[in-house]
Amino acid sequence: MNELALSDLQTALPELWLAVAGMALLMLGVFTSNRATRLIVGLAILVFIVAGVLVNTGRAGTAFDGLIIDDTFGAFMKTLILIGSGLTLVMSLGYIRREGMERFEFPVLIVFATLGMFVMVSANDLMSLYIGLEMQSLALYVCAAFQRDSLRSTEAGLKYFVLGAVASGMLLYGASMVYGFTGTTSFTALAAELGNGSDISLGVVVGLVFIAAGLAFKVSAVPFHMWTPDVYEGAPSPVTAFFSIAPKVAAVALLIRVLTGPFGGLFAEWQQIVFLLAVASMLLGAFGAIAQTNIKRLMAYSSIGHVGYILVGLAAGTAEGINGIAIYLATYIAMGIGAWGCILAMRRQQRMVEDISDLAGLSRSNPGLAAAFAIFMFSMAGIPPLAGFFGKFYVFLAAVNAGLYTLAVIGVLTSAVGAFYYIRIVKVMYFDEAGDAFDRPVGRELSWVIGIAAAFTLLFFVYTGPVLDGADAASRSLGIVAGGEAQTAALE
Amino acid sequence: MEIGLAHYLTVAAILFTLGILGIFLNRKNVIIILMSVELMLLAVTLTLVAFSVALGDLVGQVFAMLVLTVAAAEAAIGLAILVVYFRNRGSIAVEDINLMKG
Repeated sequence: MNELALSDLQTALPELWLAVAGMALLMLGVFTSNRATRLIVGLAILVFIVAGVLVNTGRAGTAFDGLIIDDTFGAFMKTLILIGSGLTLVMSLGYIRREGMERFEFPVLIVFATLGMFVMVSANDLMSLYIGLEMQSLALYVCAAFQRDSLRSTEAGLKYFVLGAVASGMLLYGASMVYGFTGTTSFTALAAELGNGSDISLGVVVGLVFIAAGLAFKVSAVPFHMWTPDVYEGAPSPVTAFFSIAPKVAAVALLIRVLTGPFGGLFAEWQQIVFLLAVASMLLGAFGAIAQTNIKRLMAYSSIGHVGYILVGLAAGTAEGINGIAIYLATYIAMGIGAWGCILAMRRQQRMVEDISDLAGLSRSNPGLAAAFAIFMFSMAGIPPLAGFFGKFYVFLAAVNAGLYTLAVIGVLTSAVGAFYYIRIVKVMYFDEAGDAFDRPVGRELSWVIGIAAAFTLLFFVYTGPVLDGADAASRSLGIVAGGEAQTAALE
Repeated sequence: MEIGLAHYLTVAAILFTLGILGIFLNRKNVIIILMSVELMLLAVTLTLVAFSVALGDLVGQVFAMLVLTVAAAEAAIGLAILVVYFRNRGSIAVEDINLMKG
């Protein structure tokens, strides 16, 4: 066993920084008791910026006896997570002031949840996977129930907790099976042990199924999505915005790392699981959203659909598929933040409104907001040349190149169905009879975030370089040697 | 009769199944759900320790220790959320958790 070396601490520097900074903010909050909430939110954003610098200048390699790994893939995903967490905090500033959520625990919980996501993304062992996942989930349960006087918020927290605990239990049972039948929990050792997937014991396959089910719950893939609409509707809006962005990136990254790394040899087994999850998620995401009247529930179904498209890339099992997922996540973050920013701006007589019909006539009362919302909706529907189109394009391209024509066709058809409800929102904003106008002003921070997200979504095609290069480097660093293609070919 | 790995694993599997059934079949009380969650986690701990002894490898016991710690934190947070929920709703019956459909 290696001794604890300074290089281990350097590799884990972003995680350590978040942990120490989170605790420092907690102490600051305790000693100033809610007077300094805005200061703590500001400091938390600063912490994220510093963490972003640390992530992108960090030392690659494994640390703590191979428990965690730091590579280009991790750095890319962590950067996305930081952007998501940081911008949700900025967006929530106005909300927490108005809705009596001005308690210092909120930014601190977001920092701890982000720390959990970092550990998930860098996990290189079943133990660090579990610890990271729980660190994130426990903070998120509390966030969902954060408005403790609201019945809806606490009910959302309770539902999320119960179903989340079941998912963790399943994942853990799977991990114990894998440990028992291979004798190791390290991803590196597992990859060597499982080799190319010939003569694998049944116990390992059972363990893989349980682990995949637990992770599918965390990314809210059908049939493990039951919690999503309720939790999204009940949780306070900034928390829902947070749920739909950063944790999703972390869970997808973890799913990719687990399935392509240690279980890379069992591609034939998990490809079927991912295939079914992807088809079911795309279908439910498209058809479930049609009947919704509440915009937050609609966004929940929309995020289920997006997870389906992301899983299409994973089902391909090639570096190209992972590349598509990385691009999809980057564009999804921009659209998601923007759309949630617009939802946070839906206020009338000092109260949040959440019905789609409340958007009627927005193009006349607030043309800027309506235009931004329309951009995000068109982008989510995947209409070129907006950012959302590129994510879908690369994912479907990877599926076609891996021979998964069925999946690509279903994907294109369901995104056509999905376009119906996205464009219905645009129709409500531009052509329906106007209701009362929303409260003005929207808020300085919120308008900035919406503006930046809209500019990114609209102009992504002009300057795609950084995102495409980053995604390419990230997908290469996982070292998938065209394993998927070769094995798909071998199966036929 | 020698009690071996298979016996431990069977007991753990039965406990785990009971935990899952307890969550999905129980229609009465949320506390029972929390107990079922604990049951699932303890079944996992038993599996890990049994495998650890059978393999002669300490990693499983370290993992079991981590699971116990996290289970304690999870129970604390679950009960805390339950308390805030009870203050708002005045009941913790499972069929009363129905404000949002689904």
